[in-house]
Amino acid sequence: MDTTSTFWLPGQYSTIASDVDGLFYFIYWCSVFLLALVTAAMTLFVIRYRRRGKVSLTSGFTHNTSMEIVWSVIPTIPIVVVFMWGSKTFIRMHAMPGNAVEVKVTAQKWFWSFDYPDGASSVNELVVPVNKSVKLTMSSQDVIHSFFVPQFRVKQDVLPNRYTQLWFQATARGTYNLYCAEFCGKGHSEMLGKVRVVSDSEFVKWADEQNKPPEGMSLEDFGAQLYKTKACVTCHSVDGTAGTGPSFKNVFGHEVLLADGRRVMADENYVRESILDPRAKVVNGFQPVMPTYQGVIKDRQIDAIIAYLKTLAK
Amino acid sequence: MSPHDTPQASPLAHHFADMEQQRDSAKLGMWVFLLTEVLLFGGLFCVYAIYRAWHPEMFFNAHKQLNVWMGATNTIVLIASSVTMALAIRSMQLNQRKPAVRFIFATLALAGVFLVIKYFEYAHKIHLGQLPGKYYTFTGLEGTNPHVFFTVYFMMTGLHGFHVLCGMGAMLWLLRRIRKGEFSAEYYTPIEMTGLYWHLVDLIWIFLFPLFYLIG
Amino acid sequence: MQTAAATSYLHEPKGLKSWLFTLDHKRIGVMYLVAIMTMFLVGGVLALLIRTELLHPGRDIMGAETYNRMFTLHGAIMIFLFIIPSIPAAIGNFVLPLMIGAKDVAFPRLNLMSWYLYVFGALFSIYSIITGGIDTGWTFYTPYSITTGTSVISITTGVFILGFSSIFTGLNFIVTVHKLRAPGMSWFKMPLMVWGLYATAIVQVLATPVLGITLVLLILERLFSIGIFDPALGGDPVLYQHFFWFYSHPAVYIMILPGMAIISELVSTFSHRHIFGYKAIAFSSLGIAFLGFLVWGHHMFTSGQSETASVVFSFLTFFIGIPSGVKIFNWLATLYKGQISFKAPMLYTMSFLFLFTIGGLTGIFLGALSVDVHLQDTYFVVAHFHYVMMGGAVMALLGGIHYWWPKMFGKMYSEFWARIAAILIFVGFNMTFFTQFIMGTRGMPRRYYSYPSEFTGMHGFSSVGSYVLGLGFLIAVIYLIHSLFRGPVAPANPWGALTLEWQTSSPPPTDNFDYDPIVEHGPYDYDKIHVEPMK
Repeated sequence: MDTTSTFWLPGQYSTIASDVDGLFYFIYWCSVFLLALVTAAMTLFVIRYRRRGKVSLTSGFTHNTSMEIVWSVIPTIPIVVVFMWGSKTFIRMHAMPGNAVEVKVTAQKWFWSFDYPDGASSVNELVVPVNKSVKLTMSSQDVIHSFFVPQFRVKQDVLPNRYTQLWFQATARGTYNLYCAEFCGKGHSEMLGKVRVVSDSEFVKWADEQNKPPEGMSLEDFGAQLYKTKACVTCHSVDGTAGTGPSFKNVFGHEVLLADGRRVMADENYVRESILDPRAKVVNGFQPVMPTYQGVIKDRQIDAIIAYLKTLAK
Repeated sequence: MSPHDTPQASPLAHHFADMEQQRDSAKLGMWVFLLTEVLLFGGLFCVYAIYRAWHPEMFFNAHKQLNVWMGATNTIVLIASSVTMALAIRSMQLNQRKPAVRFIFATLALAGVFLVIKYFEYAHKIHLGQLPGKYYTFTGLEGTNPHVFFTVYFMMTGLHGFHVLCGMGAMLWLLRRIRKGEFSAEYYTPIEMTGLYWHLVDLIWIFLFPLFYLIG
Repeated sequence: MQTAAATSYLHEPKGLKSWLFTLDHKRIGVMYLVAIMTMFLVGGVLALLIRTELLHPGRDIMGAETYNRMFTLHGAIMIFLFIIPSIPAAIGNFVLPLMIGAKDVAFPRLNLMSWYLYVFGALFSIYSIITGGIDTGWTFYTPYSITTGTSVISITTGVFILGFSSIFTGLNFIVTVHKLRAPGMSWFKMPLMVWGLYATAIVQVLATPVLGITLVLLILERLFSIGIFDPALGGDPVLYQHFFWFYSHPAVYIMILPGMAIISELVSTFSHRHIFGYKAIAFSSLGIAFLGFLVWGHHMFTSGQSETASVVFSFLTFFIGIPSGVKIFNWLATLYKGQISFKAPMLYTMSFLFLFTIGGLTGIFLGALSVDVHLQDTYFVVAHFHYVMMGGAVMALLGGIHYWWPKMFGKMYSEFWARIAAILIFVGFNMTFFTQFIMGTRGMPRRYYSYPSEFTGMHGFSSVGSYVLGLGFLIAVIYLIHSLFRGPVAPANPWGALTLEWQTSSPPPTDNFDYDPIVEHGPYDYDKIHVEPMK
């Protein structure tokens, strides 16, 4: 946990966070006051007026219109403040800034992919420059997901039939958790990402490096890295245990039994097809739930994954 | 033996003070039930309104596929059946059993005519492939998502048709009870309740007809 | 007491068949109570399994797919099979005719049919468990519910049938209240329980049909791809959410209004004091019932509905807080200058006042648009509705069961164990759910099978709390069942209450009263009439 978080709320790392938290604490202290009032009155009355022995006729004080008006009207005042304050910030959250870094977000079971203006793309890691407005245009490939970064205080559902938008401006460099907040099935709680906020120059450099293996890295190691960054790891283990998908251990170069009863050799073309058109050949015992990586992954990256799979096979 | 298990010799149930209280209760209960029916259809009317607002041109084009004359005939048939139903109640109020039976038969027959006409309309639509959702195969319509029009059409007229069938069932039940001599000028609440229900079925069609057949 | 037992509704007529075909509202109420408590047990066991799984991140006792089925069933069972029918259909059925001096509800056959519909609905839901369960969450959001391979149809059919059960109960109550009040029982002499049930019945009758048609559309969408909610065919999943919440938000008031109604009775009886602000409480129930229909969009602030809609819904949402607040203040004013007894039902009443206040106040966080964006779909929401539903409705139900138990079964339970259970339930509840407020504000999303390790401590604490809660319920089951066989015989009016159901014997005769009741005083005239409660 970062050190700026408080008992109730995570640290504030976007331009709207302090505004949201201001209202949060306003409601919080009003609530604490009211709860204390109710609890104190209840405790006081039940002790002071506890039954002692036999009962007798009790007070005929049964209604009082002015009291009803007072306790209806007085709470209305803070309520109106809360409504106005909340709406004002909400409208600000929805007014898209003009000169923003625009990123296309695609959600699908169960990972996030991000497409940047200059052609770079990333999976499960949104990289953005600090102190610049970032505008996300989001859509889903399957069911409803929800983009949620607690430290930015932003959340927006991601729908399959239209685009939803969200913007934020991060105020400090660092890495922040990204959650899917709308239930989307088996891997819902694994649909985690990071938002990495970097300086302007780092952002430019990072975007350049996206499509090729880093300097001096072997193809196998690049494949191993992609295995993590492209979210293969969510469903496929490398130690032989079956997850949502089959394990990658001892696959390459072995014969695979498919759901339709066919047997095929797991060669380069099989791997390529399984990445780009995963439902063409489904391994026996597994559900056809993997989405296509068409457009998400480049040819050179597929080469790297094949190289990595070879290292996993005996 | 408790009063609950006594067979209903008298039409007055044990927990009511008198016939008037029983009749008022039945009437109020029926009105509340009709209200729930209105809300059930209300959901579909909302679907209609929303999709029509989203695709006004498609709705306009698609509605031309419906046969106005068949729809209009059915409207007249149902209104006539409401009249015969009201006459059946009137007859029972006057203790005239035979005319009551005849009017209920007439209502049943008109309901049957309605369903037969509806059948021909449906058969034609099915033949052309003007079906809901993914079963829609018709190609002669412009506009986005014309299948939605037919989804809404089949849902609403289908649910209405189901209500017509239920009403016919209720009328058969009434005929049996009349034959057993259970009703008289003093007690004819079930006929009155069926009548209320039947008027609602009629009324819903009177909304459906212009909304589907006569969009301007 | 032998004579009372011989004529009571419990003992005559005898045999299982006489129960299964009974038209007596009291027997139907008891049958509902048994059915509902069975479902509560199932839902509760599921909850404990869920909490056990959440002891650590990753797998403890079940896989993700099983977990998703568990929380879906927990929600669906608790809402559709437990809370919605609990107070109206079980307790309301039993006490409503008694409280207004009627011999039965207006339509006894319809009442029995409601019970059978409930059972059929429950069977459909259980069938869905046998056929592999359902993993959509209790809200059945499209398009997930259209595409998932689990048995969505059987459970939604079940819920559809349960909806009719609920509608018929509501219809029956409305007519009963309008037409079957005893001579002298004017509207403003009705106990507030009756007002609450009446307001609930209105919501049941007006909202449930819309759920019915929504589920029909969902089922047809799944079966025939009709293109209303399915985005692949030009449909709109957000439209489904509107339809669903148009019912399910008012349904929240179907759950809490009867709870508030019970609290009004308990506060007055156990303070031995005239209820304060009778009309304010009665009208606030109707106000809540009405406003409840205008605020469904506050479940959808982050769904992609228009900003304007969100602002309007937020505005309307705050107004519903006012009548709820009015009730709390009136109950507190009733305590003032009373003669307060700490019997078990009163302990539940005090729990209710504290927990429901927290539940209501946390609703303000969620109604405030900008704060809701952060809190939506986190454990904060989970904690909020458990404070309202469990801290509110279930505490009231438990209070009501303990209050009317002697009337229903003619036996007293152990007061000592009842108090122990009430305290355990209160402590366990707060341990379980207050922790979840903190997790929620810190950003823990709901419906997560696994979670980041920073939440391990709080999840563990919450789980331990749920075991304390479970222990409290276990004790309650034991002493309540024990009382049926070994409990001392209850007098007609153990609490010294003034409403009509306490004027007849415990348990009441089949026709409720051995005489035609005439109402001569108000239900809460503790300032005019002296009744001594049992020692």
